[in-house]
Amino acid sequence: MKNRVAITGLGIVAPNGVGLTEFQKALEEGTSGIRFSPELRDLNFSCQLGGEPIISEEKKHQYLTSLQLRNFKSSGILYAVIAGIDAVNDANLSHLSESEDPNWDLGIVFGTGISGVEKFREAIHRIDDKNVRRLGSTSVIQTMASGASAYLSGILGAGNMVTANSSACATGTEALLLGYERIANGQATYMLCGSTSDCGPYIWGGFDALKVTNYKHNDSPQNVPGPMSAHASGFIPGSGAGAYILENMDNAIKRGATIYAEVLGGAINNGGQKGGGSMTAPNSIAIQKCINDALKNSNVSPSDIDYINGHLTGTIKDPDEIENWTLALNRKQKDFPYINSLKGLVGHCLAASASIEIVASVLQLHNNFIFPNSHVLPLHPKISALIDPAKIPTKKKTIPLKTIIKASFGFGDVNACVIFRKI
Amino acid sequence: MTPEDIFTKLQPIIQVYLPEDVAVDNIHLESDLARELNINSAYFVDIVLDIEDEFDIAVANEDMERFETVKDVVTLIQSKIGSV
Repeated sequence: MKNRVAITGLGIVAPNGVGLTEFQKALEEGTSGIRFSPELRDLNFSCQLGGEPIISEEKKHQYLTSLQLRNFKSSGILYAVIAGIDAVNDANLSHLSESEDPNWDLGIVFGTGISGVEKFREAIHRIDDKNVRRLGSTSVIQTMASGASAYLSGILGAGNMVTANSSACATGTEALLLGYERIANGQATYMLCGSTSDCGPYIWGGFDALKVTNYKHNDSPQNVPGPMSAHASGFIPGSGAGAYILENMDNAIKRGATIYAEVLGGAINNGGQKGGGSMTAPNSIAIQKCINDALKNSNVSPSDIDYINGHLTGTIKDPDEIENWTLALNRKQKDFPYINSLKGLVGHCLAASASIEIVASVLQLHNNFIFPNSHVLPLHPKISALIDPAKIPTKKKTIPLKTIIKASFGFGDVNACVIFRKI
Repeated sequence: MTPEDIFTKLQPIIQVYLPEDVAVDNIHLESDLARELNINSAYFVDIVLDIEDEFDIAVANEDMERFETVKDVVTLIQSKIGSV
């Protein structure tokens, strides 16, 4: 008999808002965090726009000590620490870190694609200059993939499983489901889960070279065609971190915690890079299976879904994703649920995309609103042929929400899907 | 440079690495870096880099083997730059 799992805390570091208040306001107002970057221009990037959270020196010192910030060059770890600590405080669990002993009941799954790229670049240069002894004592912990989770566990005294998962754009959704499983199986009471991604040219360069980013709007960062639009021609790379506290439902109810939502269940699968799937393109049958397995595991029928937070990147793949949703849910036209994509407002935050988008999804569910799709008109004709355009809000929509679904599809043909319900 | 001069320059370097619950006036010549000042031994490599920069010296791996008290560090620096 599996335990029920609740979301009792959220933390967010996003290009359009740091902290829940600022982020929610940005969602409601459709505020974009996509900005021009002179650094990318000077480095001859095709896409010279990026999404980078704005964090002052003062704010950094609220979360990390001066000693920790010495020679610190890992934006991803900074984002993770801010989002993670905020989630713990949001869940009213800050007292946990005051204990003398490790919290055997608190675990962490905080994923990333790669950690501390700027620090690693510094290390690589020093090594190549035959100066390895100048790396300093924190080069390893800033660049190891589990760095974010390790920094967090030191701050919080987490004593259950502390680890980093990695599944490209699905990392944040997968992190949530891994944490969910651990609580459902009775192996932990609290799981701090999420994912993070560094900002800057060394993370974003590979995507620029792959020519999946939008290079046509360097002069107009506020007008980039958004996901599902007819003019969508590539995404803008982003960065940041999203964090959530998952908690044993009985424990949450007993201590009077605010319950944002219940995690009903989900599914993770892979397209095996077959059936049209490749390293960078999805296998549609696998996507539909992932969605259907998530529904089955959650005991939810397709008609129960009020709203979809899509993966929807602002590339030529968007119409295929919409088609997959219509097929998986067997719903189309006016019967299709409401849908939006956060990537129009914050860019594609890569390994952090799913976690940032999950925080946005849970906020909408909890507060009964749907944020607008940025620059989505004119709609891609293939999409308007499949679903009613009224289901793609272009302004904030206030509407009661009960059951929502979030899916993420990543490089490597990875798929992850989770279903939340307000209780 | 006298040992006193060295100690004066060394104190702020060590101070950076003190844990939050250890005050800077705890730094004396006889202080044991790890056991009394509670400095995480992982930071010893950073202290060495800072010393090399401040005193313009080179510290070899063997030199770090006797790195227990502040006095050890002063002696090491002294041997590298010669005393006045």
